[in-house]
Amino acid sequence: MGKAKEILKKNTMLVALLVVTLLFTILTKGVLLYPANITNLISQNGYVVVLAVGMLLCILTGGNIDLSVGSIVAMVGALAGTLIVNHHMSTWLAIPICLAVGILIGIWQGFWIAYIRIPAFIVTLAGMLVWRGVTLSILGGLTISKFPANYLNLFNSFIPDVFKGKRNILSIILGALICVVYIILQLSGRIKKRKKGYQVEKQAAMILKIIVISVVIMAVAISLAFNKGIPMILILLGIVVLVYTYYTTKTVPGRYLYAMGGNEKAAKLSGINTNKVLFLAYVNMAFLSAVAALMCVARFDSAAPTAGTNYELDAIGSCFIGGASAYGGIGTVAGVVIGAIFMGVLNNGMSIKGVDSDMQKLVKGLVLLAAVAFDVISKKRSRIA
Amino acid sequence: MAELMLEMKNITKRFPGVIALNNVNLQVEEGKIHALVGENGAGKSTLMNVLSGIYPYGSYEGEILFRGEECKFNVINDSEEKGIAIIHQELALIPYLSIGENMFLGNERGVKYKINWEETYQKANELLNTVGLLESSKTLIKDISIGKQQLVEIAKALSKNVKLLILDEPTASLNEADSRKLLDLLLQFKKEGLTSIIISHKLNEISYVADKITIIRDGSTIETLDKVTDECTEERIIKGMVGRTMTDRFPKREAAAIGEISLEIKKWTVYHPLHGGRKIVDDVSLYVRKGEVVGIAGLMGAGRTELALSVFGKNYGIDITGTVLIDGKEVRLNNARQAINRKLVYITEDRKGDGLVLTNPIRVNTTLAKMEKVSSYGVIDKDIEMIAANDYVDKLRTKCTSIEQDVGNLSGGNQQKVLVSKWMFADPEIMILDEPTRGIDVGAKYEIYCIINQLVSEGKSILLISSELPELIGMCDRIYIMNEGKMVGEVMREDATQEIIMGQILKSSKGA
Repeated sequence: MGKAKEILKKNTMLVALLVVTLLFTILTKGVLLYPANITNLISQNGYVVVLAVGMLLCILTGGNIDLSVGSIVAMVGALAGTLIVNHHMSTWLAIPICLAVGILIGIWQGFWIAYIRIPAFIVTLAGMLVWRGVTLSILGGLTISKFPANYLNLFNSFIPDVFKGKRNILSIILGALICVVYIILQLSGRIKKRKKGYQVEKQAAMILKIIVISVVIMAVAISLAFNKGIPMILILLGIVVLVYTYYTTKTVPGRYLYAMGGNEKAAKLSGINTNKVLFLAYVNMAFLSAVAALMCVARFDSAAPTAGTNYELDAIGSCFIGGASAYGGIGTVAGVVIGAIFMGVLNNGMSIKGVDSDMQKLVKGLVLLAAVAFDVISKKRSRIA
Repeated sequence: MAELMLEMKNITKRFPGVIALNNVNLQVEEGKIHALVGENGAGKSTLMNVLSGIYPYGSYEGEILFRGEECKFNVINDSEEKGIAIIHQELALIPYLSIGENMFLGNERGVKYKINWEETYQKANELLNTVGLLESSKTLIKDISIGKQQLVEIAKALSKNVKLLILDEPTASLNEADSRKLLDLLLQFKKEGLTSIIISHKLNEISYVADKITIIRDGSTIETLDKVTDECTEERIIKGMVGRTMTDRFPKREAAAIGEISLEIKKWTVYHPLHGGRKIVDDVSLYVRKGEVVGIAGLMGAGRTELALSVFGKNYGIDITGTVLIDGKEVRLNNARQAINRKLVYITEDRKGDGLVLTNPIRVNTTLAKMEKVSSYGVIDKDIEMIAANDYVDKLRTKCTSIEQDVGNLSGGNQQKVLVSKWMFADPEIMILDEPTRGIDVGAKYEIYCIINQLVSEGKSILLISSELPELIGMCDRIYIMNEGKMVGEVMREDATQEIIMGQILKSSKGA
């Protein structure tokens, strides 16, 4: 009993995600898990994952959020549209320019936040207005559309199936391959730890974890095989998630993020340049906003003045649902991804059920509050105990 | 004999691991000024917190009788209702509100949903008059000096119809003229029948105002002196404050060869970061040799921590002047990183606030100040990190379930060991330890002392800041005495007694 509780407590959001998925699968009579809908879910929510990962780094530094990401998405999108569609610039030149502009925006905001120490909330609120204003003046209030095929294919296409079968065998093979690699890494890590005499997790817990994760990977792979195969966007997301997981768990700058959020004074007295840590978090956030912008214009095949509205809220919500602490210092990339998928499933499930958008917002708001309330209350409990 | 106003009988207050007050008795007579003296941590403030209800009834043992009635205060409001008001050393005024607003905060004039501002400012002005303040009650708190703020606190207490006024080191941050004014005010109120308890380190002030003096040491009352019947000499008070027997609480150190000067600080002056004109460290010079433990004695607020922090990469204060020499060469340390690279480290007195990342495990905290030792090209090698953390857990005998345990879940003594590990891991040659044994039990203290001895036997230099005189005398080769930002004395181990050190501190306070 105690153990089950422990596992439940550690993986609350994962369990909640499974429950919500199950609930909507039943409510939508299985439509939620249709292969076409899985593909949809991925392309619809890709930008949330990218933004949420960036937001996590900001939140880790001490509960700082970035309100400007939606406007940056719109602005970089508008820039991409102007360069690629209006000026017929090569995609391969336009993309680095857009990413560089994202970084410049990050440097601007990061400077005020980290070195002048204006609260992030205020700087990014200003950014939210400024970049939206720039967007409107770039676009002149009009929407740019019809991007060239080579740009769209970069984000919207699927990896071609080398086997040319009726089902996309490649995605199943890749899925299986990922499972095998994952299992080998887990087992070899465990053996290595054992050899060195470190603590290892319970065998049963590990087997359970491996089984659950492998089943989920294979299920997604098979369902993709029944549709068009592996979307390019999934590859991009995979890279982002892997890179940032590595960054936050294995590198020194990643470690500094947690140290600063956990206790900024202690971090500073340990010789950590906390200004730089904060600065880089915001530069990175703007960079990832530019990445999300490129994904979004491709998905809609347009750069609109209102693009990206409320995206910051999706990203912030994913972080908190995914277990990041509102005070900083706690949170993982994996958790945030689960938070983003959770929001995605909730959105998608309600849309399929035909819940109207007012109601959708209400439900999402309450879920966010519930997730954070649960976190705060359970922590208070454990502190008293 | 005058009537007893307050009687605290056999008060015992326990905190996890320590007894802060042990059967303390205090009797305060109606219409008198009663002084409470004792070293830092003797239990004076704890006693006053018990009296005012900050520690609620039931969290301590013993009885409080106020005008013959037994009191069971649960919150501060309960004691205020009886007419007991406490003014803390750290003033509790809100800088961006006016004097009047502050004075009636929580006790607003008028009705609940409509504050009567005319009455507020009118009453506030009257009260300001009684304490001799000429400011308008609409002045913002941030615009008046600390001395005047102190008077506002007293006026605030008066507004609550106070019968017993408690002042915790009221003159600690005041200059002589302001102090005198405040003390005269107390004497005047005494004539009007107000009873007060004053906590102070300044013996001249105490002999100026107090009718009775109670000395507290190590959580027990030592004696109560009456100005009329007893001989209240400074020697007697000092002896009462520090007169404890030294036992074998300190490990013997092998007489190590003391080497050359490793750290030298010359003419170091630091100003307060917010109150620009205030010197916190004033023209301080000192040196430490290799293999030497050098202590800095002083009362709270003497500027010792500020001295250490400002030397350690300018982490405190503004307009810092003076020079730091390491191994005879002048160095500029503009941030903590530069100090660490010069092998100078500072181990904070506030392990939870400034020292450790409580939400992170022991492993992470151990390596935080010197990540380059466990990483290459910015990538952490977890194996090396775990070996290092385990190594220090073994070496310092830190009690924990594993190095993955969050530091927040450790006991104070073990947290302190993790903090020391963290800084030992940074390979220092010079370590500044600020109150390294604060709030930890006797056993853990002994272990910390052993670690200090081990470090100096390896030729490292230790600068030990401590408010516990026995600790300094037991551990140090040499002790500097600091007071009010200045170096006021230096004693060698052979000559050091608690009486001498305390005497020097108190003597230097007189001039201020």
